[in-house]
Amino acid sequence: MQQNELTATEESQFTNSCAKRRGADGDRIFRWLTFLFAAAVLLILGLMIFEMTKESLPSITKFGGRFISGSNWDAVQEDFASLPFLYGSIVSSILAILLATPLSVATALFITEVAPNRIGTVAASLIELLAAIPSVIYGLWGILVMAPWLQRTIQPWLADHFGFLPFFSGAPYGVSMMAGVLILAIMIIPIITAISREVLLAVPQSQREAAVALGATKWEMIRIAVLPYGRSGILGGVILGLGRAIGETMAVTMVIGNTPQISLSLLSPAYTMPSVIANEFAEATNALHSSALMEIGLILLVVTLIINVFARLLIWKVTKGHKGGVA
Amino acid sequence: MNNAKVTLENMNVHFDSNHAVKSVSLDFMENTVTSIIGPSGCGKSTLLRSINRMHDLVPSAKVTGRILFDGMDLYDRSVDPVAIRRKIGMVFQKANPFPAMNIYDNVVAGYKLNNRMRRNESDEIVETSLKRVALWDEVKDRLKTSAMDLSGGQQQRLCIARTIAVQPEVILMDEPCSALDPIATLKIEELVEELKERFTIIIVTHNMQQAARVSDSTAFMYMGEMIENGPTKKIFTTPEHKQTEDYITGRFG
Ligand SMILES: Nc1ncnc2c1ncn2[C@@H]1O[C@H](COP(=O)(O)OP(=O)(O)OP(=O)(O)O)[C@@H](O)[C@H]1O
Ligand SMILES: [Mg+2]
Repeated sequence: MQQNELTATEESQFTNSCAKRRGADGDRIFRWLTFLFAAAVLLILGLMIFEMTKESLPSITKFGGRFISGSNWDAVQEDFASLPFLYGSIVSSILAILLATPLSVATALFITEVAPNRIGTVAASLIELLAAIPSVIYGLWGILVMAPWLQRTIQPWLADHFGFLPFFSGAPYGVSMMAGVLILAIMIIPIITAISREVLLAVPQSQREAAVALGATKWEMIRIAVLPYGRSGILGGVILGLGRAIGETMAVTMVIGNTPQISLSLLSPAYTMPSVIANEFAEATNALHSSALMEIGLILLVVTLIINVFARLLIWKVTKGHKGGVA
Repeated sequence: MNNAKVTLENMNVHFDSNHAVKSVSLDFMENTVTSIIGPSGCGKSTLLRSINRMHDLVPSAKVTGRILFDGMDLYDRSVDPVAIRRKIGMVFQKANPFPAMNIYDNVVAGYKLNNRMRRNESDEIVETSLKRVALWDEVKDRLKTSAMDLSGGQQQRLCIARTIAVQPEVILMDEPCSALDPIATLKIEELVEELKERFTIIIVTHNMQQAARVSDSTAFMYMGEMIENGPTKKIFTTPEHKQTEDYITGRFG
């Protein structure tokens, strides 16, 4: 910020004292161009929210707050409420994050702190490759391989032994909240791992040496020096993963069962916001139905925006934490 | 003969093909301060870091010869480097407190690794360690604030407090004052003077006056070799080697 102001005043002095410098024009054009692009992004976002709100108005005026708190979704009766989708999206994403985060951080730690350099590099590029696989492929694998496998093995076992818990009650369908959570976790592990790896690589060697010189073992060094130094950055990665999980459509739609219900059981099918939009938009013949889907889209957008703002704040906190000179 | 705390016997360090420390033999006496001087790149840090086995972290580094600590070979198979580093502490050129911890937690960070401790015990450790580095009066009212809010000199003294809280026997210091102003430097030098009553101190420095002021013995290194070592007074008044004389009088190169 400050630097920008400085160059701005310097530049005006230049243009006053010297004859016009050649670089100055380019500078000004560049500044305007970047401003224009930034403004365009904001404008598009604003227009999108405006348009979606407009399209959602019939549903908003008809159902009001009941649209968020209610759980009925009936296209024939034209009675719409979004809670099961909100529930499905948030629960599946949060469970996926809870599952993926420890695995991802452990993988990143293995790559940066434990594995020999060469193996670490290979593992890192493999993981980045995983992040590039289209989600429909994950979905296909999920529905053809994972869901039937869950139905045959894990789910009956859980129902037999832990069926008394509400989380594992009911019949094993295969396609279920559990399948959705697993597929999401598999999809976001590469993202969180890649970000965590970057963050861990940025931990200065002097921090590791400080811990080791105090007589820390490798694990103690990770615990007292490496992880605390990188924790906000890793948290930023986790939140980006959460954003990805909430917005993920294709793979989840293929395995979660697409049933608008709120059930504590991980074995029961569920439904998410992106899935219902993708599934029903083409068939939404009456205006209220498509308006209700639009409103779900609006809610999804708002939830995603909130998560992103949260991530920005965290990243800002990370950079602020580096004041005081220790590199 | 002797009451040498640490002895280097024909010690060599290689980084792949780079022979950084060449057959150095040297005694470090108990409860004395030894300074290691020499031009940049001559292998001072490399020598120092082999004493607490920091080179274990660098895959390309290879240490040969022997380093004895109380007569025990530090590079023997049976020796646990982690246990060694608890007895041989190290202070670095750039103060490196843990930024995510407050002052209090920084002081006990190392101590906590070795000891399960109760609250009042850790309070005591913090107080005595900070008093010993003359930082207590400056920070006693803000022990729970971030260590990063301290000045550079205070941070370096905090790092020394963190090191002595582990109760080592030897303290290695690698240019501990090179990032500090003269007053902060003076404080650290006074501190070194006091610490030698309890610890054996080996200090690398680029500052000739500092070496002359704080150390009992001085060793001069050049291009990986130990050229000359002996009582500081002798090295600074009647050095035997021309190279040593040129270096300490600043006529070097
Ligand atoms: N981690 C390392 N990997 C490879 N080579 C190294 C490493 N550390 C030091 N060296 C090499 O060892 C030699 C001695 O370096 P060292 O850091 O010990 O010098 P120094 O005397 O401490 O210099 P300075 O006064 O600048 O700190 C140099 O040639 C350096 O390039
Ligand atoms: Mg050095």
